[in-house]
Amino acid sequence: MSADPASFRFVSTNRRVREDRRFVAGHGLFVADVALEGMLHVAVLPSQHPAARIVSIDASAALAMPGVHYVLTGDELAAATDPLMNGLDTPRVKRHPLAVGQTRYAGEWVAAVVADSRALAEDAAEKIDVSYQPLPFVLNAEEALKPDSPPVHPEHGSNVLLDRTFVWGEVDKHFAECPRHLSFRVTWGRSSTVPIETFGVAASWDPWREMLDVWASIQMPKYPDQIARALRIPANGVRVHQDVDVGGSYGVKRGIKQTVLVAHLARRLGRPVRLIEDRLDNMAGGDAHGPDRIFDVEVAFDDDGIVKSMKMKALDNAGAYAGRAPFQLGKPIGAIVGPYRIESVQYRAQSVTTNKAVQEAVRGFGQAPTNYAIETAIDKVAAATGLPRIEVRRRNFIRSEQFPYLIPSGSTYDSGDYHTVVDKVLAHIDLDAMEKERDRLRATGLLAGIGVAACLEPSGANSAFEPLLNEKNTTTTWMDSCRIVVDGLGCVTVTIHNTSSGQGHETLVSTVVGEVLQVDPDLIRVVRPDSLACLPSNSPVGSRMAIMLGGAAFHAAQKLKAKLTRIGAHQFGLGEDKVVYASGGVADPAGNRQLGWAELVNIAHRHYHLLPEGMEPGLETTHVMQVPTGGTLPKDGRVQMYPCHSFEFHVVLMAIDPVIGKPEIRRYVIGHDCGTVITPHIVRGMTLGGIAHGLGAALLEEFVYNDEGQLITQSFMDYLLPSAHEVPAVEIVHHCTPSPFTVFGQKGSGESGYLGAPAAISGAINDCVAPLGISFNKLPIRIAAIGDAIAKAQQPNQGQAT
Amino acid sequence: MMVDLRINGTVRSAELEPRKTLLDALREDFLLNGTHAGCEHGVCGACTVLLDGEPVRSCLLFAVQADGYEITTIEGLAPAPGELSVIQDAFCETHGLQCGYCTPGMILAAHALLQQTVTPTREEIVEAISANICRCTGYGQIVEAVQFAADRLRIANTPRALLSPGGSK
Repeated sequence: MSADPASFRFVSTNRRVREDRRFVAGHGLFVADVALEGMLHVAVLPSQHPAARIVSIDASAALAMPGVHYVLTGDELAAATDPLMNGLDTPRVKRHPLAVGQTRYAGEWVAAVVADSRALAEDAAEKIDVSYQPLPFVLNAEEALKPDSPPVHPEHGSNVLLDRTFVWGEVDKHFAECPRHLSFRVTWGRSSTVPIETFGVAASWDPWREMLDVWASIQMPKYPDQIARALRIPANGVRVHQDVDVGGSYGVKRGIKQTVLVAHLARRLGRPVRLIEDRLDNMAGGDAHGPDRIFDVEVAFDDDGIVKSMKMKALDNAGAYAGRAPFQLGKPIGAIVGPYRIESVQYRAQSVTTNKAVQEAVRGFGQAPTNYAIETAIDKVAAATGLPRIEVRRRNFIRSEQFPYLIPSGSTYDSGDYHTVVDKVLAHIDLDAMEKERDRLRATGLLAGIGVAACLEPSGANSAFEPLLNEKNTTTTWMDSCRIVVDGLGCVTVTIHNTSSGQGHETLVSTVVGEVLQVDPDLIRVVRPDSLACLPSNSPVGSRMAIMLGGAAFHAAQKLKAKLTRIGAHQFGLGEDKVVYASGGVADPAGNRQLGWAELVNIAHRHYHLLPEGMEPGLETTHVMQVPTGGTLPKDGRVQMYPCHSFEFHVVLMAIDPVIGKPEIRRYVIGHDCGTVITPHIVRGMTLGGIAHGLGAALLEEFVYNDEGQLITQSFMDYLLPSAHEVPAVEIVHHCTPSPFTVFGQKGSGESGYLGAPAAISGAINDCVAPLGISFNKLPIRIAAIGDAIAKAQQPNQGQAT
Repeated sequence: MMVDLRINGTVRSAELEPRKTLLDALREDFLLNGTHAGCEHGVCGACTVLLDGEPVRSCLLFAVQADGYEITTIEGLAPAPGELSVIQDAFCETHGLQCGYCTPGMILAAHALLQQTVTPTREEIVEAISANICRCTGYGQIVEAVQFAADRLRIANTPRALLSPGGSK
């Protein structure tokens, strides 16, 4: 822990976000802005069939077109490269950038055309004649589980990628002891983050230097390593330019298949090659869908609403290939009881392949769906016991004095004060007044209701879910790093070693380094070297940058401060503990002597004879940071997942016009505690953006396949994104419970809002329609479904609708 | 075909295929990369530019159709290299963006609104930006940026091109 928050000069102050200047001027550097000399362009040809054998591909008409350079097929690419990495130990579920021998979902890329322009490449793709022999296919996860379902990967033997049951604590005993049980099913529809910038990648190959240069819109851990492995080249022959701005990602921009495809073409053709997905490429075949999950939940509780035990089965539809998707069932294990003192849990995680597009990491890595299931359980316990929903939550919350708190699945929660956050939110909204407003709305003929959700945002990601679900994976570190260099003129440059998709890392790092060194953050330059000049780092995933990049910057700055202090003390002939560092200078308070920043820099850079014996000249420090807590392999199905746990509490007032079924949010309040906030503007923006994203998942967004296996929501005309009309003004109530595990007490906030908004909005809708005897148990809850269900419920003798 | 387009106050010429969109022409032929491709079917608004001051989708317009109009792109708003317009600066003040991809279109939409309206209500601001999708911010700090810019423009009594003589339209 560092100094007391009251002494912060820059941390937690309302400073501008330095990245913003270039973006408001239209001078970001996005991948589509990278124009390489002699660059060629790629268009891809998607499969029209959910499953089909590729009988033949005739590209002669395409190749005959002027300006068309090449047509690549899956067979050539598979011969020249290794399959893409799987997270689980499923070696027979092979994944290649282009389909090999058979297609496994409608939209899967079958061939790639290279031409002088993208438009020409698209024209040529239309001339490729592929002969298919359709095969049986399966779309539904429960169907895919059945032994007689069509196997998506026959070599694998079944569609089951993962089927693992964990039992943490005395589940059977607790179920037997508890007087009341209830069970239910909820379904999280297949949506995603859908950034406004699609994925794109450009690559060039220099055969004389044996170097592959890559520019990409990427947020992928171990990206250069994965490229090198797939292309069978040394990792130090891959140079990823990490200063490319990423136009939104929120988890999904993992474009490894696109990169391997383009890198192979650049090597094959000896020219720079670029693929920028168009929206259809992205939505149907970009392999960027999110969780598609059925939860069967059973809880054991008593008449006071205390939940003692939970059984949860999560069946996830991974799509056609494995990738990292099944891990999204693993990460929520680190907060499987949410903010509650549930004593034991049985958790069955199932992941199956189907003939849908491939799933990728989405904001929260499976946590938002899990939170939706847990919060639905709490609402149902409240309904069953007749207790208020907020009261049931309060009774089950972990109490502030119980932290650090070990949950049954092996993670220790760092800190929290859930009751206080709830109290502050209720004081802010005046719950009585909100209930009166709800009643007033009901009296006008509207359906009105209130939704609440309380949940955690595990943050500071490690990858403990990898060894937990795949024993061949023994990874126990997920480091991040920072280097600080002070040049001979005294200017500070900090290097950071991964990409950004809008999280404001430059502002974070300059604020932290400025805080420690007590120099103006605005004078600190922050740069991203290419991957060959990088220290070991991972990517900005799992809500980890404030903790891990902020932590690495803090420690590197502390080392620099210590070096400056030693240099100063040596000039005074004193021990380091006898001098004082302040605002970049070192002073001897007793002798009334001091040396300023410029003088210390001058000694370090030019006066070796004045340096303490054995000290390296110059001013440069580095720090490679291990994730706080954890660092060991799982034992007995238990592991320490992420170190920090932010808390959020949502309250939503909703009104629905019963005639049209349109849900309208009348008020949205969130209580948010992510410990010490380093940059208030950034945390606020992420929370508001997360709520908007959660609103989309709850009400609008879904990748829908029809019975023929075709994706029918493949443009923004039918995959609906929330606009400024749909997203309400959100009120945020702050609270700060510092984490004991981080340098400033900070926790993560990159997934905030999204983790609880779907549960809160779903709860509000169900509260609205409860008087009609109906409820909704599947997200998204679209207007048409609401309107139909209300109409059906209001007709006498038409039975139950959901 | 050879096309002359008036972009950010300067007439520029290029040899363009008739089927080329204004979006692609701005980026590829005039090297104005601030206009971004999002959906390329007219929904997301990332490619917004102004034609005679009105926001349009440059992905839904052929470049040749823009002949005869005054085209304003994001590069046309900053008064000088390294400087920002009042609206651009307001987006920095409230952090009305994160990844920056939708931002040029969003700022042009706001610019068009504030050329016509001195004291926009929240509803008018929401309406003006509702055709531009942002996935990062949830719009809260964007609405604040436009409100903040409106206040500053009003206090500075900044002249506005499209205002009717009586003031707000």
